[in-house]
Amino acid sequence: MDFIIQNILNALQWGSFYALIALGYTLVYGVLRLINFAHGDIFMVGAYIAFFVAGFLLGPMVGLSPLVTFLLAVPLTMFLTACVGVTLERVAYRPLRRKGAHRLYVVITALMCGLILEYSNLAVLGASRLKFPELVEKTIWNLGGVTITNLKVIVIVAAVAVFIFLNFIVTKTKIGMAMRGISYDKFAIPLMGIPIDAIIVFTFVLGSAFAGLAGLLFAMSYPVLEPFMGMIIGWKAFIAAVVGGIGDIRGAFYGGFLLGFIEVGVVTVFPSTYRDLFAFTILLVILWMKPTGLFGMPQSTKI
Amino acid sequence: MLVCCAFLLAGCGEDKANTIKIGFNLPLTGDIPEVGEGSKNAAEMYLKDINDAGGLEVGGQKYMLEFVYMDNESKAESATNVALKLIDQENVVAIIGPNSSKQAVPAGGTCNDNHVPMISPWSTNPNTTLDRPWVFRAAFLDPFQGPVVADFAAKKFDAKTSAVLFDVSNDYSKGLAEIFKSSWEAKNLGPVVAFESHGTKDQDFSAQLTTIIAANPDFIFVPDNYNQVALIIQQARDLGYTGPFMGSDAWGTPDLIKLCGDVCFGNYFSTHYAAAGAKGATKVFIDRYEAAYGATPADYAALTWDSIGIMLEAIKNAGKVVSDPVEMRSLIRDGLSAIKSFDGITGSSKFDAQGDPIKCAVVVKISDKGEFVFEESVCP
Repeated sequence: MDFIIQNILNALQWGSFYALIALGYTLVYGVLRLINFAHGDIFMVGAYIAFFVAGFLLGPMVGLSPLVTFLLAVPLTMFLTACVGVTLERVAYRPLRRKGAHRLYVVITALMCGLILEYSNLAVLGASRLKFPELVEKTIWNLGGVTITNLKVIVIVAAVAVFIFLNFIVTKTKIGMAMRGISYDKFAIPLMGIPIDAIIVFTFVLGSAFAGLAGLLFAMSYPVLEPFMGMIIGWKAFIAAVVGGIGDIRGAFYGGFLLGFIEVGVVTVFPSTYRDLFAFTILLVILWMKPTGLFGMPQSTKI
Repeated sequence: MLVCCAFLLAGCGEDKANTIKIGFNLPLTGDIPEVGEGSKNAAEMYLKDINDAGGLEVGGQKYMLEFVYMDNESKAESATNVALKLIDQENVVAIIGPNSSKQAVPAGGTCNDNHVPMISPWSTNPNTTLDRPWVFRAAFLDPFQGPVVADFAAKKFDAKTSAVLFDVSNDYSKGLAEIFKSSWEAKNLGPVVAFESHGTKDQDFSAQLTTIIAANPDFIFVPDNYNQVALIIQQARDLGYTGPFMGSDAWGTPDLIKLCGDVCFGNYFSTHYAAAGAKGATKVFIDRYEAAYGATPADYAALTWDSIGIMLEAIKNAGKVVSDPVEMRSLIRDGLSAIKSFDGITGSSKFDAQGDPIKCAVVVKISDKGEFVFEESVCP
């Protein structure tokens, strides 16, 4: 029994990262119908930004305590990562959109942006791995055979909080209504006096900021950073978002946790070689029965 | 046009007769960039020594050395590409590297098929040199290392049960894990209670570690690269495991301490040499390396140094230098197989029929200061 509960906790932590990244995919897709393949690398950039922010705040110039550093690093990392996301939108996606390029070309551009982020990191910082400093003093609670760290709790709470926050923004606020409006018909929306570019920038701000938060939390949980850390987790989070029904906030959230649970579950029962094979077979079966994903609806208002 | 080409080729040929070109197949990027960096540093030191002294003397004449470094990205497929590039484009007469068995096993096949002598400094998997007359190595083998680890852990931790966590997509890690398991069981030390695997790019090992901890082993053997070790030990401690870990020679990088920090302290691993407390030629090498690069040389740097030493001895044994690389390669191979024993800075070794050295292993403890301290030496 302890064994099962322990693995549920493991899966919740691992799923939280998928969910956080998948939310970014879903937001951008929901508004722009664009699969932002650079999102996994924005997550990687977020982890590196967190590394430098934490290093600066802990360093001799500022010299804050680890806890204060953590509290400051969260908004700073989110802000700076949002800047990267918005820059990407301004430099790469907006010009294409203005020229009326087909969606396919924008997706290819996104792939290229991701590679540029990876390899410019490799060129600037080198292949050597970085060690993320410990910001939260780790406490390990042992509850009758099940262990959980305070960091695990922070990660899981953050994922749930981000989901509730985004759900609130999208369904209850005016800007969320505008986002849903663009998703419904992006040609009619400007006629209503809604600044479409501002809404799109806002979407990128939200998606990238939470990728930054995921990067920070990931770097704290797995404190070894490398330039390609965002690639595979980014792909898998994208798959999680598709299985959940891409464009739907709930879909990204549940899809992320679903993938986390399947991966941990398969490794628990079978040798780890079968993990991705089984995990993606299960996801394929879900899509086969419901091609629009768990929460997806065929071409209608989403997000 | 043809005449021009002929002139150019002839010009090249004349030039080459004065230099000996050796290729290096190194992981300068990818999973283990520190390994490539350390090997390259050691090679640069060796190159400078020889060339400043006027070159290598072969058959009464001095020849300059030229080293060509190529990056195999720590990938198996890139390692074979690099080997082919070094052979076909650079026309090297011999190759040193790749370091890790994951790259050395496939690249060894390529070198053997193309009849190019190759020495792997750091590869411990038997398949690297098995039935490959052109491939040699400077490190001991996993069938020797596995029992060393098993004996040491049984004695030191008074262990009755053990668990293993290894990288299933890495020849080195998988091979050593299996050898350890069979030698642990062959010695009737007790059961291997958990035998879990993971993939190279994995970052979360909590599911495997939960299974291992539930089986309650006396120690966990982790024959993994240093970057994974840093994550594995930390996650095991987070899951409440307090027992010891035992590692293999892939742990032996100063970067392990940088990435892992104090959670790694107090654990043991088997390796090729211990930098702390070294004497003689080993100490001279360590001091010079520290002065030049500001870091303690890890085992792969020392083994690269020895590999170059072995290779140069083979070239001397060849007795002459010819400009045709194909002929030169076979002369060097004969020179290599003529070496029966070699005194290097990682200890002296005798070579067996497969081109594998028979040499001692050391077990090292990670001290409370993060230094690799000599614990004991095990000889075959």
